[in-house]
Amino acid sequence: MTVMAVARRTLAKDLRLEWRAKDAVNSMLFFALLVVVIFSFSFDPTAEESRRIAGGLVWVAFLFAAVVALNQTWARELRNQVLDAYRVSPAPAVSLFLAKAVGNFILVSALELLMTPLFVVFYNLRSVGPVYQLLLIAVLGTWALVVNGTFFAAISIRTRSREIMLPLILFPISIPALLAMVDATTSVLTGEASPRFWLQLLAVYDLVFTTVCLALFDTVINAE
Amino acid sequence: MKRFYPFFVLVTLALLSYAFYQGMFAAPTEATMGDVQRIFYYHLPHAWVAFLLFFANFLASIWYLVRRTERADALALASAEVGVVFCTVVLVTGPLWARPVWGIWWTWDARLTSTLVLWLIYVSYLVLRRFATGAQTQVLAAALAIFGFLDVPIVYLSIRYFRTQHPQPVIGGGEGSGLDPRMWIAVLWNLAGFLAFALLLVRLRYRLALAENALEAAHADRALGNLEQMPPPRASTQAGESPESHSALKLGNEPR
Amino acid sequence: MKFLYLAYIATWTIHGLYLLYLRGRYQRLREERKELEKP
Repeated sequence: MTVMAVARRTLAKDLRLEWRAKDAVNSMLFFALLVVVIFSFSFDPTAEESRRIAGGLVWVAFLFAAVVALNQTWARELRNQVLDAYRVSPAPAVSLFLAKAVGNFILVSALELLMTPLFVVFYNLRSVGPVYQLLLIAVLGTWALVVNGTFFAAISIRTRSREIMLPLILFPISIPALLAMVDATTSVLTGEASPRFWLQLLAVYDLVFTTVCLALFDTVINAE
Repeated sequence: MKRFYPFFVLVTLALLSYAFYQGMFAAPTEATMGDVQRIFYYHLPHAWVAFLLFFANFLASIWYLVRRTERADALALASAEVGVVFCTVVLVTGPLWARPVWGIWWTWDARLTSTLVLWLIYVSYLVLRRFATGAQTQVLAAALAIFGFLDVPIVYLSIRYFRTQHPQPVIGGGEGSGLDPRMWIAVLWNLAGFLAFALLLVRLRYRLALAENALEAAHADRALGNLEQMPPPRASTQAGESPESHSALKLGNEPR
Repeated sequence: MKFLYLAYIATWTIHGLYLLYLRGRYQRLREERKELEKP
């Protein structure tokens, strides 16, 4: 089977499993809601201010939600020794990674889609710039977090304190992407600047790190 | 070769002393900032040396992934650790310079902020090395090191651009600011001195890493030797034992 | 001006602390080696 075919099958399997065992997803959704509400208590701005800070708040909230989702990426595999089975099978490791990353992307995007209207309501947000740009930022930015997050989740399962290890190694490397997401979102919301440079930076980031993840995943998975 | 080492230590000390003289006395006083600007003669060389060390870590990590030699891994660890030390100096001297000159401890200027992110990335690398278990530590760390170093130009670009959008005072002058040639001399002497010092530190840390690995292997050999003298273990594994408890029995340094 | 001295002192303090840390680990190494030689 080709790399993409295996990836697609694995992804379908994961989505089916998630759908059947809705617990994990539900608790993540509730967590996302809580984050939005608590942020709204902490920062109670006027409409003008809110456009300025919403970019940062929204992405920090998304980041927390993403970490929660990423932490359980490999939990199921670990429980059932699936990783060992994968190592023995002829299936390329890259397929597994793609399936996991895309699955996480779908999951985190779902969380973002849920959290966004809440933010809009609590902060009375209205974008001055075009909304399609916000969508573009969200897609590129979410992939940036998810691609590295899936890879680092695979690394952190081999460590003590694995739940804290993932954000600990993910955050520093994600800083330029986060900066891009936040400033681009703010630029669009306030309409004060074009997010073009940031979009290009995110695209480059995504390209570079997706390549590195695909290149090194096999090495990391077989490191034992 | 053995006699070279103490000689090199003396050379380093000499370089550092002369560089100190250059920075503190020989270099002219800066027009606008005054003598406080002399912090620059420590601040900048440390930044360059730190960056060189992280580049060394990048190369060593790649070498390790390709060849899997113990020495490559030891070099990666040593260069990262000493790099973090030098990076810390940059982050401490920066604010100490900024405060008297601009009245604020921290400015999110591109170079200082990039250094902070660099520091965070390599500290996370060191934490991973500390917390990873088993023989795979080295591979995982090498992978993270590659990610980290590839991120560096992106970090710098992103912060540079962010600063053009939201300008702030720049520590050490803007990109094009000229430096009196006598100041450059002081910078170069300090660069030479601290580069030599860094090499000494890396060598110390490198040998420590190798020695500790050898010790651990010796411990393992000892344990194996003891095991061979014990009566053979009972039958096979019991049902329900997870593979993870098996791997706990595996020793650290299995040959590949 | 005290910031200039503070900066230079801080630099060497950081280097000094790292050297002390290295010395501590070398000492531990030596002790463990002796442990190993004993029996």
